[in-house]
Amino acid sequence: MSARETLAARQISRDDSLVGRSIVRPNIRRHTEGGGHFVDDIKLPRMVHVAFLRSPHAHARIVSIDSNAAARMPGVIHVATGKDIAAISKPYVGVLRHMEGLRSPPQYPMAVDVARWQGEPVVAVVAESRAQAEDAIQRVDVGWEVLPAAVNMEKALDPSEPVIHESYGSNLCYRQIVDTGGVDEAFAQAHLVVEDTVNIGRQTGVPLEPRGLIAAYNAADRELTVYHSYQSAHLMQGTLATCFSMEERQIRVIVPDVGGGFGIKIHTYGDEVAACALAIILNRPVKFIADRFESFQSDIHARDHRVRGKLALDREGNILALEIDDLTGIGPYSMHPRSSSIELLEVVLFTGGNYKHKLYRARGTVVFQNKNCMCQYRGVGHPVAFAAMEHLVDQAALKLGIDPAEMRRRNLISDDAYPYTSPSKTRFEILSHQKCLTQLLKLMEYDDLRKEQAKLRKRGIHYGIGLASFFELTNPSPLIYGMGGARIGTVESCTIRLDAGGQIVVHTAICELGQGAETIVAQIAADAVGVELSSVKVISGVDTLSGPTGSGAWASRQTGTVGEAVLQAGLTLRKNILDVAAVVLQTSEEKLDIINGSVVMKDGKRGGNVSLLELARIAYYRGNELPSTCEPLFMATHQFRIKDYDFVFSNGAAGCLLEVDPETGFIDLLKIWCVDDCGRAINPKLVDEQIRGGMAQGIGPALLEHCIYDDQGQLLTCTMADYLLPMSLDVPDIEVHHVQTLTKTSALGAKGIGEAGASAPPGAIMNAVNDALRPFNAKVTRQPITPEVVLEALGKISQVSSVSRQA
Amino acid sequence: MIEPKEVFDISLTVNGERLTRRVQVRTNLADFLRHDLELTGTHVGCEHGVCGACTVTLNGKIVRSCLMFAVQADNCEVQTIEGLSRSGVIKDLQDAFVQHNGVQCGFCTPGMLAAAHALLQQGPLPSRERIRDFLSGNYCRCTGYQAIVDSVQAAANQRARSSMP
Ligand code: FES
Ligand code: FES
Repeated sequence: MSARETLAARQISRDDSLVGRSIVRPNIRRHTEGGGHFVDDIKLPRMVHVAFLRSPHAHARIVSIDSNAAARMPGVIHVATGKDIAAISKPYVGVLRHMEGLRSPPQYPMAVDVARWQGEPVVAVVAESRAQAEDAIQRVDVGWEVLPAAVNMEKALDPSEPVIHESYGSNLCYRQIVDTGGVDEAFAQAHLVVEDTVNIGRQTGVPLEPRGLIAAYNAADRELTVYHSYQSAHLMQGTLATCFSMEERQIRVIVPDVGGGFGIKIHTYGDEVAACALAIILNRPVKFIADRFESFQSDIHARDHRVRGKLALDREGNILALEIDDLTGIGPYSMHPRSSSIELLEVVLFTGGNYKHKLYRARGTVVFQNKNCMCQYRGVGHPVAFAAMEHLVDQAALKLGIDPAEMRRRNLISDDAYPYTSPSKTRFEILSHQKCLTQLLKLMEYDDLRKEQAKLRKRGIHYGIGLASFFELTNPSPLIYGMGGARIGTVESCTIRLDAGGQIVVHTAICELGQGAETIVAQIAADAVGVELSSVKVISGVDTLSGPTGSGAWASRQTGTVGEAVLQAGLTLRKNILDVAAVVLQTSEEKLDIINGSVVMKDGKRGGNVSLLELARIAYYRGNELPSTCEPLFMATHQFRIKDYDFVFSNGAAGCLLEVDPETGFIDLLKIWCVDDCGRAINPKLVDEQIRGGMAQGIGPALLEHCIYDDQGQLLTCTMADYLLPMSLDVPDIEVHHVQTLTKTSALGAKGIGEAGASAPPGAIMNAVNDALRPFNAKVTRQPITPEVVLEALGKISQVSSVSRQA
Repeated sequence: MIEPKEVFDISLTVNGERLTRRVQVRTNLADFLRHDLELTGTHVGCEHGVCGACTVTLNGKIVRSCLMFAVQADNCEVQTIEGLSRSGVIKDLQDAFVQHNGVQCGFCTPGMLAAAHALLQQGPLPSRERIRDFLSGNYCRCTGYQAIVDSVQAAANQRARSSMP
């Protein structure tokens, strides 16, 4: 370890360090007083409102648009068509160069000739109020030629299906294959082959605050300022610069409080680009706030996967080989800028990545369809990969008469095998699957639970116990998007200073969505410099003009990467402060330490104390007291990126207990346990809360949430009464424990945690339901597992209605 | 045919302040509070009565301000999160939400607090089940609810302790 590394480790692991403690978030009280500052709370002078007429058809040609009547409606200022917006905004393409074969045509902010999903924006009306804009939309007359729609992903590649982008000749968007070789031989020789198909339904993220922005244009200086409810200010800056052929310096994006993101607010949405275009056209501020109906039709959807899986096993239950075939439908375009192929890629690369087998073959197919666009939402491909694999593992255990826990013990990669390269060539630095599993079983009192279950079964009460092992891609390197040509950074920066009032001010581009990101920054900064939490001020919100460059909240990356930049910048500031203190105290820097905001002698000798406030006063106001050779630099900056690995994976194990009522098909979720390893837990309470919140977003899709389309491509679930989200009664108490295996990719040692929670429940819950259904010789393989799905599995109803069957 | 009246003058008390305003009859109470009175602590998450983010107190009862017209609040007494805060009646709940991290993004928080306040007024020491049941009309997408239930329970316990003789 270098001296710097030793110092870093010491600063964050002293007895009085704040890192590792469950500090209460210092800046959330305002939210309890209604003092949040969300985009829709902002009003600018002369601000106007935009509303969109959206395509009522899944696939239709725009023959004519007559907006004369609309333009005459009260309060209406402007009406714009897709063509009008296209005149000032270039189209974008959701393709990454490093993903061979991935294709998607240029997409305009609004439909120009053809609308390709129900909900695609077609006409924008700007008025003095949102209500007036909506009134006027009723008067826009669009002549449509309805085209046949390709809706069902299973049929999307059939020659009989309509081709959405004619020049492509088919609805194929992307195909990915992994093959280690030797898979067929393994299956031929296997003692047991288990095969099944798992369907994961379409879902969406539903941040409680809908998407929204205010765009303001300053024509004199050609500058566009956007207040945006978004997860990455710098990404939006780059996107808008490209769309409008402007320099990035002409675009300023400010992210105020964000009412939840979860991966929904990290993509390029045509309505948002169009609102910015309108601000430029009109030269006055334009506000766009999506209402809930249009959110369901236009916020990205996710999942919608059909995974066929096959396991080869020996007599002892050792997994010898795995084969999967994954199919997903992504809507008519691959979403800009991340592309809609990453979710499938994760399924292909990660399924079975926690198990020991060496032989693997995977085929993934992404198809276009006339539904809303699909892209990355919390967990991305992970929940799909783990639902499929954990299901297969349980089915194998059942056939072999091995307990599911024992089955995992035998097959999970042992902790000492890391670093480990999986059959899909994914490199894992250091994980703890076995340790997490062992702790989980203890936490659940697994053996007792099994006994209890057996007893209850005799009384006709059907408990199910389900396990899922998981891992999570976090802290990505530039390999994830940057190398594919997307303007998505992976570098994080921190500038930290001691100001004249003795306060440590920290500036990063960390995006606070409620995770407690700013608290994490404060804890690390306080430790790095050696001050109390109350002396640290973290600048809230992200502003591309006044703040450092960063990349925002996605891929569970902020704590690990921004946190490291803060730690290193803080250590430099500490050193700079000590340099000046050494002059003032007439000693040498090595003899000094900073404790609770005061410089003290390391050996505890008295006489040599000076507070940071006093040092600041001297440096800023009474420089005459310093020798001319002493030049205080009470400001430090550091930039950090992950270098040694492509990604830093975290991992864990989850268990769930539920009851199934075989008469009604109702599922009562009783308890969830999770043991997670995110490396160093900077604030264990906040880690717990990320897991719990994430798990609620895994429970929802496993049991309730479903974007249901009819066979014409009409979305039937456009309200929160139709799209069922977990309520407080649906989520049980979730017990969380931690294992902490530090990553060596940073001095901080923190891995990410944001998405892990969402990844485990689909697998654990499906296994628990099937465990409960075992006496009936029944199983479910389709999510959400509604009562209808359970009753179908039990043979009590003949077939799940075709709409809810549709994956 | 009688033309429907488009605007209407209403008088009401909001957070203890007596106000008279001319409103469009179709303006809902949430929009009136947020846009006309600039009380932006009342949030709007669905505008169709499901999420509970817009919960405010009307004549002492909690209502969804997105499901009411502003004109229906004529002659009524409305308390928004700003008023509840200033009066100090929910200070213990607010403290508990801070202490137990019952807040993540904060978007559901004002409505959640109004609902929790109503629950605690119904009687002391509600069970976790009762808290979950009562709050089931207030959606939170961030927390998974446990920390919110913890917060409400902690505040209830505190109230019970301090009302003991
Ligand atoms: S905004 Fe009123 S209930 Fe959702
Ligand atoms: S804290 Fe974000 S919705 Fe509840």
